[in-house]
Amino acid sequence: MLFALDPLFLGDAGTLEILLIVILKVVVAFGVLLVTVMLYIWWMRKFISDMQNRIGPSRAGPFGILQTLADGIKLFFKEDLIPNKSDKFVFKLAPFFSIVPALLVFTVVPVAGDFSSGGDGTVTWFGNKTFVQLADPHIGILFVLAMSSIAVYGIMLAGWSSGSKYPLLGSVRASAQMVSYEAALGLALVAVLMKTGTLSTHSIALNQSGGITDWGLVVTGFVPFFVFFIATTAELNTPPFDLVEAEQELVGGFHTEYSSIRFALFFMAEFMNVITMSGVMVTLFFGGPSGYYPPLGPAWFWGLLWFIGKVFIFASVFVWMRGTLPRPRYDQLMDFGWKMLIPLALGWVMLLATLDVFKDRGYDSGLSQLLILIISVVTLTFFAGLLMKSIAIGKHKREIEGEEVFG
Amino acid sequence: MADQLMTDDQDEQQNESAERVFRRGDDSAILRLAESEVEAYTPDDDRRMVINMGPQHPSTHGVLRLSLEMEGESVLRSKPIIGYLHTGMEKTGEQLSYLQGPTNVTRMDYSSPLFSELAFSLATETLLEIEIPERATWIRMLMCELNRISSHLLFQATNGMDMGAVGAMIYGWREREEVLRLFEIITGLRMNHNYIRPGGVAADLPHGWRDDVLKVIDKLPDRLDEFDTLLTGQPIWHERLQGVGVINTAECLALGITGPLLRSTGYAWDLRKDMPYLQYDQLEFDVLVGTYGDCFDRFAIRLNEIRESIRIVRQILEKMPQGDYKIQDKKVTPPPRARIDESMEALIHHFKIFTEGFKVPSGEVYASVESPRGELGCYIVSDGGPKPYRMHIRGPSFTNLQVLPHMLQNCLVADAVAVISTVDPIMGEVDR
Repeated sequence: MLFALDPLFLGDAGTLEILLIVILKVVVAFGVLLVTVMLYIWWMRKFISDMQNRIGPSRAGPFGILQTLADGIKLFFKEDLIPNKSDKFVFKLAPFFSIVPALLVFTVVPVAGDFSSGGDGTVTWFGNKTFVQLADPHIGILFVLAMSSIAVYGIMLAGWSSGSKYPLLGSVRASAQMVSYEAALGLALVAVLMKTGTLSTHSIALNQSGGITDWGLVVTGFVPFFVFFIATTAELNTPPFDLVEAEQELVGGFHTEYSSIRFALFFMAEFMNVITMSGVMVTLFFGGPSGYYPPLGPAWFWGLLWFIGKVFIFASVFVWMRGTLPRPRYDQLMDFGWKMLIPLALGWVMLLATLDVFKDRGYDSGLSQLLILIISVVTLTFFAGLLMKSIAIGKHKREIEGEEVFG
Repeated sequence: MADQLMTDDQDEQQNESAERVFRRGDDSAILRLAESEVEAYTPDDDRRMVINMGPQHPSTHGVLRLSLEMEGESVLRSKPIIGYLHTGMEKTGEQLSYLQGPTNVTRMDYSSPLFSELAFSLATETLLEIEIPERATWIRMLMCELNRISSHLLFQATNGMDMGAVGAMIYGWREREEVLRLFEIITGLRMNHNYIRPGGVAADLPHGWRDDVLKVIDKLPDRLDEFDTLLTGQPIWHERLQGVGVINTAECLALGITGPLLRSTGYAWDLRKDMPYLQYDQLEFDVLVGTYGDCFDRFAIRLNEIRESIRIVRQILEKMPQGDYKIQDKKVTPPPRARIDESMEALIHHFKIFTEGFKVPSGEVYASVESPRGELGCYIVSDGGPKPYRMHIRGPSFTNLQVLPHMLQNCLVADAVAVISTVDPIMGEVDR
């Protein structure tokens, strides 16, 4: 039961009514996401151009706001080239592996609703209580992970099927980078799930509606958020972790051979992912649509406003990074993922789990908790030290080997 | 000098490693295959492939082409292929009179055009055995140092872009634009100035030039600090550039590498200090050297050379003498416009200089200057006529390009981009 948790299905609404509301939600979610992507691309270009003393798009529509639309129309009418050496079926299929997961992830993000303290996160439409999200499956957050894993296929197959060398390098990078950062992403998630005790995105957001101290960011102790944020950047292939595209190195990476609307689909998917993953981050760590609700107008509207505001901040941070940071090298990125982020996330999960277990066992006085915390931190630091030492030895060995190679 | 500080041990080590430069066969860094063979070549080991980088690759600085033999992402052997911008400029130089010469050579290294003009003019003047007025010398120095600033700023821009820091690209261009605007005020053009000519410079500095120059060089130090904030202190930046593309002094000397590449290895070789031309011996400035000979050193040297050049420009502003901006030798300098109306001789001179050109005593000469990329030399053979019998430019970009295969060996594709970027070749000068 994919929709199971939504009160819409528990109430006494008729089948037709349910069908209409769900279809309405699908249409609105689809439309809103596309328009948001359009606006986001415009905002990104304006923001970056402002950081770089440029004007940015200014011709199409007021402030160039229709630039993305114009680009889209142009790309639609361009010739669709399929390289002779490519695996044609996979080549055509790959863009859809990218765009469909990007669209689907958005369905489980709670966008609005009454998430004020004590609210139940619902909205009443046409006399029916429902969630302002397309679906709220029991496995909500796992669905996000699953979809982002499928998106890897899109990029990998695109590069592999192009029958060209640069895309091949790009797709090799993609598979390695996205798979390894998925591990860090998952471990960071575990911390949140452990604290909230549910996988449903709606319940996770609802758990945090009590104020900033209830936010996942604070409850899990900041570290999982940073791990999640960095891993997301790598997972989304946004700069500085855009090694899969890496214009300066691989020309265009996996999409070098793509043209026309297939090319546009990849980019649409990329920017759509930025927005939806910002939404997921807001849901997990920043209380989703919760915030201060003035006693004015419908509560779901304030929820929507809070949600948009938070997502906007995150999406802008991604743009900021895009405009500022140099790109790390491929091996450095992998080192960072496996040797820093994953151990850090893993250690943090163990720390949180230890504290929770001892709390359950009755050691919940401040002093005993502090003692447990100190012991855990010392243990973890010891193991971190061991890890660092082994990394240093490995590096040293590599250097020696390198010398031998060079003579 | 740095080489004197080096111990014998280090010397020996360096000489040993310099041998990798001369290696042949499979362990050579160079993929010794003709272009046609490269296309047909399939390595025995199926983990290897030959990948073609350029001439349309986004980060090969114009039209450099590299054939890379790679295993996964690491480069084993490589071969730079040049000639995509070849326009026969050296041959053209033989068809142009000495007065037209600078117009031609200025198009070689288009990011530091004044240096080619300077080298050509110095060579011609040596053959003519003329002394140019002091003010002309100082104007030349002023322009060259400003050009060094603009050229190094272009490097900062492209280097930042190649590393993925797109912001740095625009900042570099913004600052370069200030200098180019200054050039436009002084020479009338932003590039390819044809300003430094045999016998002096094309025109005197315009009214208010001192304020214009001051305005730019007062603004620059703060802007350079922005580069430090954005790039120099960046951990990612360190990771990307430090220890990448390492080369040592012996290897540089074996390959004839000059400029920031040579200085990055700790060898303080700068023609302005070691073989002073113009009036550089009257100026106070430091020659910057690196320690490790890696990409980061080259980046840092170029960034700080901008600061040194600003220091030099300030001294030039103080010491700029009054006087003529070109030599008053009627055989070399065209007469001023007003004289043509009054004097028959002036008209004849004017006509002769612009049609036939002035005759240069036969002989051969090599004059070299320190361009932003290294030793830029001009070799002229004259047979006594008004056009050079042979004109050859020793382009530092061309010579420096030789180092690529050795720097690229065993590094990743991303490093290859960093290495090409910090070697900073200008393809116009490579292909000539």
